[in-house]
Amino acid sequence: MKTDIKLLENGKRLDGRKYDELRPIKIEAGVLHRAEGSCYLEWGGNKVLAAVYGPREAVPRHTQNPLRAIVNARYNMAAFSVDDRKRPGPDRRSREISKVISEALENVIILENFPRASIDVNIEVIDAEAGTRCAGLTAAAVALVDAGIPMRDIPVSCAAGKIDGQVVIDLGKNEDNYGQADLPVAISPRTGEILLMQMDGHLTMDEFNQALDLAIKGCHIISDLQKKAIMEKYQKITEVK
Amino acid sequence: MSKETREIVIPSQLLGDIKDKKAGRGTFIEKGKIYAEVLGVLNINPEYINVVPLKGRYDPIQNDFVIGIIIEAMSSSWLVDINAAYPALLHVNEVPWDVDFGETEKYLNMGDTVMAKVLSVDQEKKLQITLKDRNLYKVKGGLIIDAEPSKVPRIIGKKASMISLIKKYTNSRIFVGQNGRIWIDGEPNRVKKVIDIINMIEQESLSYGLTNKIEDLLKKYTKDVH
Repeated sequence: MKTDIKLLENGKRLDGRKYDELRPIKIEAGVLHRAEGSCYLEWGGNKVLAAVYGPREAVPRHTQNPLRAIVNARYNMAAFSVDDRKRPGPDRRSREISKVISEALENVIILENFPRASIDVNIEVIDAEAGTRCAGLTAAAVALVDAGIPMRDIPVSCAAGKIDGQVVIDLGKNEDNYGQADLPVAISPRTGEILLMQMDGHLTMDEFNQALDLAIKGCHIISDLQKKAIMEKYQKITEVK
Repeated sequence: MSKETREIVIPSQLLGDIKDKKAGRGTFIEKGKIYAEVLGVLNINPEYINVVPLKGRYDPIQNDFVIGIIIEAMSSSWLVDINAAYPALLHVNEVPWDVDFGETEKYLNMGDTVMAKVLSVDQEKKLQITLKDRNLYKVKGGLIIDAEPSKVPRIIGKKASMISLIKKYTNSRIFVGQNGRIWIDGEPNRVKKVIDIINMIEQESLSYGLTNKIEDLLKKYTKDVH
C-alpha cells in the first residue's frame, strides 16, 4: 500500500515509541460479578473485557467429548469499537479469531479434568486500536486463572511487525494499516511453546526471525504484568487479619 | 500448623522437585518438577505439596452431603443442579417414597430443594445422588445462601467446631452442603446474624485463630440479645 505517512522518523515511531517499546498496558482481574472469572485489559487504545463461564455441561450434546472438555472462545467486536460503525454479529474475521484463540487456550487448560464439559470464554472488544486478538487472548488467560480453572501455564500474546523497512514490536493503528507486515504470536511463557502465530504481509527469513524474537520478548514482559494483576487481586485476601 | 504467612500461588508457578516431595492436589508434574495448576493457597506438609484452590467449581466426591435444586422431573428420575459442572441424576429408587412411573412431579418438582448425598461419580463424571441416608429430605422453609465451595471446610471447621459454635450461639438450624450451598432456618434476625458470620468467615478464611475470633463475636451478640 502506497501512502505519504512516514511511520518512522529519527528512530521514533508515530506515537514516539522506540522500535522495541510496547504501548502502555493495564490489567485488572475479577471485574464481573456473575461470571466465574473475568478480566479487563487496556492496551494502548484497545479496551477488552473477557469473561469465563464454566466448566459446565456442553450443549448441544454432540459437541461433547467424553474424554475431555472443549473450549468455546467467542471473540466479538462492539459496533462502536471502530471509527466506522462495525456491523454487529459474527463475521468471517471474528470467527477466525475465535477459532485460533480457542485452539491456543486448549493447549494450556487441563481439559482431562472435565470430561463432557465446555469452558466458555467471551472476549468483548469495546475499543479497538490494532492488536485486539493479542489483547483478547491475554485478557482471556487472566480471566481463566481468575475462574480457578486448572491450567499448565498462563498464555500470553504480543505482536511484532515491519514498518518502513524496520522490524518493530506491537504495531499501532496506523502502523498496522500502512505498515508492511504484522506477526501476532502467543506463547506459553513457562515452556516457550508457540500457541498461536499468524502473519499478514511480507517478511524475509531474517526479518521473520527478528520479528519473532521481538514478539516473544514482548510476551515475557506482558506475562509479568498478567501475574502481577492476579496477585494484586488475591494478595488482599491474605492481608486481612 | 506453621505460623508463617500463607502464600498465594498462580498456575505454572514452580513449587518443588519430585525428589523432595510428592505432588498433591492442585499440582501437576512436568520433567520432574512440581508446578501449581490452579490459583490457590500453598500448603506444604512433610509428604505432599498441595494447592488449596481459592475459586472454582465444586468437584463432587462420593458420600459428600450436598444441597441440590431440581431442574427437571423425568418419568423415573430427576435432574438436580448441585453446583457442579454437570447436573446430577436422582433416580426414584434413591428416594424414600414409593413413586409410581411418571408421577415424579407429585413428589419433587422443578425448583424444589433437597438435601442429598453423592452416591457415585463415574469416570465420565456422571453423577448420581441419593436421598436414602439419615437426615436427608426435601427442604421446607429456611433460607439458602451460596458460599465458595473451597471455603466450606473453613465454615465447618475442625471436627465441625466452627459450625457447632454458630448453631449453639444463634440457636438456628444450619446444614452446610459440600457444594457451597448453606441452608439456615430460625428466627429472622438470628438468620441474618448467621449470614453475617458466614460472610465474615469467607472473607477472612485465610487468617489464623478464626474460630476464637468468631466465638468472641458470638458471645457479644448473645449478650446484646438478652
